[in-house]
Amino acid sequence: MTALTDQPLFELKDSRLEYQQKTVLDNLSLAIYSGERVALVGGSGAGKSTLLKALREQRPDQVAWCPQQPGLVPMLSAFHNIYMGALDRHSFLYNLGNLIKPLPAARHQVSEIAQTIGLQEHLYNSVDKLSGGQQQRTSIGRALIQQRDIFIGDEPVANVDDYQAESLLKLICNSHPTVVLALHDVEQALQFCTRVIGLKDGAIVLDAPSDQLQVSDLASLYQAN
Amino acid sequence: MMGFNSGSNRLDTSAQALRRTSFWFAVIALLCLFCADLDISTSDPWHELGLMTAGALSPSVWSWPTLLTSLANTFAFALQGVALAAVVGFCLALGYKFTIVRAFCAFIRSIHELFWALLFIQIAGLSSLTGLLAIAIPYAGTLAKIYGELFEEVDLAPGDNSPAARHSLIDFLYTVLPMAWRPMVTYTSYRFECAIRSSAILGFVGLPTLGFHLETALGEGHYSEAAAYFYALLLLIGTLRFWLQKWLLPVYLIGVFYYLPPEAQISWDLIVRFVTDDIVPAPLRGAELFTTATLGEFANWFTLLWQQQMWPGLINTVVLGQISLVFTGLLALLLFPLNSALFFKRWGRSAGDGLLILLRTVPEYLLAFVGLLVLGPSMLPAILALGIHNGAIIGHLVGRHTEELRLRADSGRGLNLYFYEVLPRIYRQFLAFLFYRWEVILRETAILGILGIATLGFYIDSAFEEFRFDRAFILILASALLNISVDQFARRIRLRLHLKTTPESL
Repeated sequence: MTALTDQPLFELKDSRLEYQQKTVLDNLSLAIYSGERVALVGGSGAGKSTLLKALREQRPDQVAWCPQQPGLVPMLSAFHNIYMGALDRHSFLYNLGNLIKPLPAARHQVSEIAQTIGLQEHLYNSVDKLSGGQQQRTSIGRALIQQRDIFIGDEPVANVDDYQAESLLKLICNSHPTVVLALHDVEQALQFCTRVIGLKDGAIVLDAPSDQLQVSDLASLYQAN
Repeated sequence: MMGFNSGSNRLDTSAQALRRTSFWFAVIALLCLFCADLDISTSDPWHELGLMTAGALSPSVWSWPTLLTSLANTFAFALQGVALAAVVGFCLALGYKFTIVRAFCAFIRSIHELFWALLFIQIAGLSSLTGLLAIAIPYAGTLAKIYGELFEEVDLAPGDNSPAARHSLIDFLYTVLPMAWRPMVTYTSYRFECAIRSSAILGFVGLPTLGFHLETALGEGHYSEAAAYFYALLLLIGTLRFWLQKWLLPVYLIGVFYYLPPEAQISWDLIVRFVTDDIVPAPLRGAELFTTATLGEFANWFTLLWQQQMWPGLINTVVLGQISLVFTGLLALLLFPLNSALFFKRWGRSAGDGLLILLRTVPEYLLAFVGLLVLGPSMLPAILALGIHNGAIIGHLVGRHTEELRLRADSGRGLNLYFYEVLPRIYRQFLAFLFYRWEVILRETAILGILGIATLGFYIDSAFEEFRFDRAFILILASALLNISVDQFARRIRLRLHLKTTPESL
């Protein structure tokens, strides 16, 4: 992608964002540029998910999307759920054939991804038989297979243990030039992202490069008024 | 090839069991296709279809009094029948935990209303009593099942908290009935719509409803006249919800019983003769039972009946039923997007669902009759009729079910959306609907024999025409047994596949 550095990938100007007909964020202005790795932090209900959804809608065809509720098809295998990210790249007949019986090329491609996210053992089990963490990894796999430049994830590693979370975040950051993540773990936010945006009470209360921040700076975001 | 993959390469998903079941049903239906007669025997089906279309576009009423009378009769039989069925069904449902009651209900509903009509015509003639009973009896069996299952379902929670007097009538009235009431009303009103279709179809065996004039007009090629009767039926069903208000129900009930009091010229001698003589197998009549000669003759009589009618009738019923079941399923899967907001927005969806409701409103018997006129006698019109009617019913319900699905913002579009996201999610519910419908499809399959397709109904109808009521009676029992077995089998499959077992409006 030939993004000009002075042209933001995502831009909001005095925007009002709603969730279920209620205003969650008001007078919001924000610009995110290509190559940035942005962490959204803030208490629950601060509007992180709403903001991420609004960002995705600005470039739906460039964003690999990893929502908080994985929204997988429970009765299909992890293989098929991951492959769903690549439906657009194949003909309908190939997709249909692959649904009936996994085809060699698709198997190859999906297993490579499964290998990197540690899912190869359960790749052909239906996701309703997988744990919450395994489902989350499936969802990440579905984003990775899209091979897009921007990754937007809403708590993408909330259900896996710290060690796995670290390697998954590393993988996500290495595979996408631009990353926007909602994270409740502020240490992960500082470690993996170049920029931290703090949300509280419907507004941005913090926006700084992560190398200028300490874990303690972010603590106030989680305190009640 | 897959050296780097340490896990198993075989799919092990919860979709597999559903896929396997569907696969075997499809294989059986394909095998049945080889045994089925699917010829088009009319010389120019397009010509006939053209005439029908022309007729449908230029409906004309030849006699308003005839039209309105048959319309009123159709409504009257349906309302009387369902009212009586609701009362009897409710009483039966109170004893639904007893196996004998369940079996009795299963038996009376396994015999199609047209067969009941053919039986009662022998005793009570083409009378208003025949029309009422033909609808009331099988519908009582169906409603008893539905009410009974609803009572069982709601009987758990609040009742447990009430002191001592469990299962007393007061207990029932205060806990179970209020909770079951709403679904009972919904289901009964849906059944009323079906009863109007049944009532109209009773005309095909001679009762004075819309079907009587439809058959005559269609048979004589007066398609404009037939169209008028057909539109009257659609209008009657389509406008129900506007004028059949709950508070007006007593008025309508008194009205229909005043307009068409259930009565018949009944001679008790005739009834006694019918029950003790006519339907007794010929070799047993008046003969001494349990003598070698009588039993030998009976064995011969039964063997002949079995070889020449019962066995071929059963085989044809099952063959046609299996093909129709799978065809119904395929059509339902093809049609449900018409009633789904995931595929069609607003106007498109309203139009789509309108089409499904229209297809559902046309009785399958009438569709098959029209199909026979166009395509000639074979299984083809029957398969088309059963598939279209039932496929539209299931398609409508599955489409409505898709409203409950929550899809990701980045899910695919068009066919990819259909096959990868929606189909797997609705498939379990779809199969539950289809297996519910199986018994109904088989009942209809048998009855289509009256139109000349060699299912059990064909032999039953011929036996009635030849006044061989003993044969007719045994054949009706055979069809009842077949339906009960299929119902049990379908129930077992539903349990095995963990399909939802409580019915909706099917």
